[in-house]
Amino acid sequence: MGHPKKPEPRDLFPGALEMMILQSLRRQPMHGYALVQHIQQRSNDLLQVEEGSLYPALQRILKQNLVKAEWEISASNRRVRTYRITLAGIKHLEREVSRLDRMLEGISLVLSTAKA
Amino acid sequence: MSWFRRLFLRRRIYSDLSEEIQQHLTEKMEALMAEGMSRDQAEYAAKRAFGNVTRIEESARKAWMWPKTESIVADFRFATRKLLRSPGFATTAMLTLALGIGANVIVFSVLNGLILKPLDVPHPENLFHILHGKEGYSGQSYRDYVDYRDRDPSFSGVLACQYLHVGLKVGVSVMPSWGFAASGNYFDVLGVQPALGRFFHAADEHGPGSAPYLVISHDLWRGQLNRDSNVLGETVELNKHPFTVIGVAPEGFHGTDALFWPDYWIPIMNAAQVTSFDDLPYRDHFAFEVFGRLKAGLTPAQANDSLNALASQMAKEDPKDDGLSVRVRVPGPAGDDRDPTKAVLSGIMLLAFLVLFAACANLASIFAARAADRSGELAIRLAIGSSRWVVLRQLVVEAVVVSIAGGLLGSLLARLALGVLSHLRLSGDFPTHFPIFPDARVYLAALTLSVASGLVFGLLPGRQVWQTDVMQAIKSGCLSTQSFRRFALRDVLLVIQIVVCTLLVTATLVAIRGMKRALHEPLAFQPEGVTLAWADLRMAGHTDEEILSLQKRMTDAAAAIPGVTAASVVDSVPFRGGGEWFVYRWGTTDFLPSHKAFAAQTFLIAPSYLKTAETPLLAGRDFTWHDDSKSPEVAIVNETFAHRLFGDTPAIGQRFALWETAKYEVVGVVADGKYLSFTEEPQPVMFLPLAQGVGGVMSSTATILVRSHLPADQVTAALNHTLRDIEPNAPFTIRRWADVIDLSMLPARTATAALCVMGLLSAMLAVTGVFGMASYAVSKRMREQGIRMALGAQRSQVVRSTLSRPLLLLLSGSALGLGAGVLTSGLLAHFISLATPRDPLVLFGVFLTMTLLGLLGTWIPASRALAIDPARLLRDS
Repeated sequence: MGHPKKPEPRDLFPGALEMMILQSLRRQPMHGYALVQHIQQRSNDLLQVEEGSLYPALQRILKQNLVKAEWEISASNRRVRTYRITLAGIKHLEREVSRLDRMLEGISLVLSTAKA
Repeated sequence: MSWFRRLFLRRRIYSDLSEEIQQHLTEKMEALMAEGMSRDQAEYAAKRAFGNVTRIEESARKAWMWPKTESIVADFRFATRKLLRSPGFATTAMLTLALGIGANVIVFSVLNGLILKPLDVPHPENLFHILHGKEGYSGQSYRDYVDYRDRDPSFSGVLACQYLHVGLKVGVSVMPSWGFAASGNYFDVLGVQPALGRFFHAADEHGPGSAPYLVISHDLWRGQLNRDSNVLGETVELNKHPFTVIGVAPEGFHGTDALFWPDYWIPIMNAAQVTSFDDLPYRDHFAFEVFGRLKAGLTPAQANDSLNALASQMAKEDPKDDGLSVRVRVPGPAGDDRDPTKAVLSGIMLLAFLVLFAACANLASIFAARAADRSGELAIRLAIGSSRWVVLRQLVVEAVVVSIAGGLLGSLLARLALGVLSHLRLSGDFPTHFPIFPDARVYLAALTLSVASGLVFGLLPGRQVWQTDVMQAIKSGCLSTQSFRRFALRDVLLVIQIVVCTLLVTATLVAIRGMKRALHEPLAFQPEGVTLAWADLRMAGHTDEEILSLQKRMTDAAAAIPGVTAASVVDSVPFRGGGEWFVYRWGTTDFLPSHKAFAAQTFLIAPSYLKTAETPLLAGRDFTWHDDSKSPEVAIVNETFAHRLFGDTPAIGQRFALWETAKYEVVGVVADGKYLSFTEEPQPVMFLPLAQGVGGVMSSTATILVRSHLPADQVTAALNHTLRDIEPNAPFTIRRWADVIDLSMLPARTATAALCVMGLLSAMLAVTGVFGMASYAVSKRMREQGIRMALGAQRSQVVRSTLSRPLLLLLSGSALGLGAGVLTSGLLAHFISLATPRDPLVLFGVFLTMTLLGLLGTWIPASRALAIDPARLLRDS
């Protein structure tokens, strides 16, 4: 995938949204709207995510076979497209989370030495 | 999911995505409405929370795309649509390029087929032609060949072969056919395997006449013999001598001559049976072509030195080899720096490049004009945020689309033209193939060339896009901020085009004039009204003694045909080739090649030949039938012969010799003429009595010539009938002499025709160029001229001021081109004799042509300028 010419202004670092989606889907399969609600609630509305920006991220991980999607009828009798995490998705998530942990650890170490 | 399936599923994916997003918005809206918002408020809030739907959908789709490839594909589709919408521009640009590319594909295919392509034999790279050292000779004698083969260490194998033209009898019919007599090692040195049966080998040679074997070509086997595999072991007759068919050569194999396709090969040891003359014992009969396989690690130059050292050694051993030397060369025209075909073709290739160059110059101005026309659109695209790169990429893609289409069209036209060309036969009865069909390499080169020229010249206007000040462009609706008065790139392009055109027109006129002059050179015979009938009587199985009386009877019968005013018989007529013999001064005792006075073309003629051909006898007498083998040997010579051998003393009664027993007295002198081509220098020629032969060696070929005022087809029919009555088995060919001469002019005609085509192409390009420039000048300055006219300018002033620029360019281009033409006249002289660009008639012709082109190109723009109605124009703008 090519990088877009003009970097779109983002509040999150690249890949963060994907990780949050995967983590949410790992708990339970969800459709797009539910995912947005879930992420906003869990982050205590701290993360200001444009609702739409979820969809490009979903398409990217769908293409990488990290999730799969199926049209279903929801509990509220609505036709929704439900996403489920795949085995590859779980592995990917774990790898990314541990990389993020290491990165955060590194950053906080540097920050704490700077403070001291 | 594989990328392939994804390609087809994409439509589904996109519609799923759209639906999903819509569902999201609906769900959000309903949630907000449940919180008490009105429908409109909820819809608005849902959309605001979601963000720009179109942009998000697009960026989501991107996950499934190859962004670069797809945007280029989109560019291509856009470019094609754009071009379809301006068919005038697209057609002009495509045709322009097609002409240039087509001309190049044609010329390069011919060059590739005739010269660049190596021989169709295994490992052509180490096969070399071993020629006689003297310029103008190629053949070797058989005994010299044997020495080279056995005593020189630089070649792993050396073969010899000789062209044969004999009557081939398969079943009951005799047909004239061409083949090779080849040394026993021929096929082994060339490294080919038979398609059927076996080849002959060195081990089959056990002295003269020992190997009556015949290998037939694949073409003959497939054609006349219907792929009959029972042909092996069959007996066929060559000039009535039986040969056993032992094998069929592989498909496509035709020996060591690129153009000549023989019907068969026989061992050299048996050649004398067919030719009735044993060439093998003589060191001074250069009847054989010799080729060698160079050993690995040696250069041709080393082999050349080694062979020449051997040749000087041989000259010491045998005085007949006095002055012997050899040249080792790449076979065919490729190795020959003086080959006329190569010189002509290289010249034409250069011209074709010039045409392509002119076409590209034209293309550049077409693209520049188009960019100027589209400047408003481009300016808007830049203004609404398109990057310069994207606009430029669009222009590039357009140029590529045009050039690919032009290249394809050009290649297609070239392929059609080559189809016609390949049916040309240089000589009526010589089996040639023209392997000139373009191969994949040629097409690839053509496509590369067209895309490259499209890119380079289509992008010249790209500079404009780059430098554009968008504000300015929007205001004036025009990209170009440069003043029109400034000396611009397109002026240079137009001048280049006109220079090329003038150069080509000059070359064309010179060629035509040279041709015309050549046709008016004195021939010393009058071919109009003469019909020829020739055959090799030995093919019908006659002996030398019978042949002469048969020839006499045929001549008498031909003379008796009603309406025939004169008839005669000769071995061969001028322009159908004669033989060359060494002439020695009287009193020469050692008849060594180095002692000769010169080599003279020789024709054996019957008594009434001079009258029939209308060759003027300047002094002395014609032959009579009494000049035969029982009477002293006599000769009639031409002026050059007499002058070179006897100086200013009258030639009648003088003597000369051909060898020890062939001594002649001159009884007549005829005017100098042309014997092989229109452009040859005066050369010594002797005519000897048919009844005496050359020193007793009789000719078996007979050409009956009859002069008549009757229409040619009547004469042909009567002659055919008469000759068949006398000898039904001899395969006679009947042609008008004028046609035979025409055929000999074919290479010169082809070259002239090629020049004419190139000249015409470049003229067309120049007219479009001038036209484009002039119309551009008129339309760009329409408003200015309208104001001038409103202020009282005369129409003639307006026309002058708009057209002065293109005309000035035309004038300077023509002058430059003519100058270049005069300067390169030396180059032209390579393939055009008898005329130069310095000829006043040619100069005048060029001037006239260029004026005409100028008029043609500026006529319509000028009338448009004249038709300017200032009132309307000013009102409109």
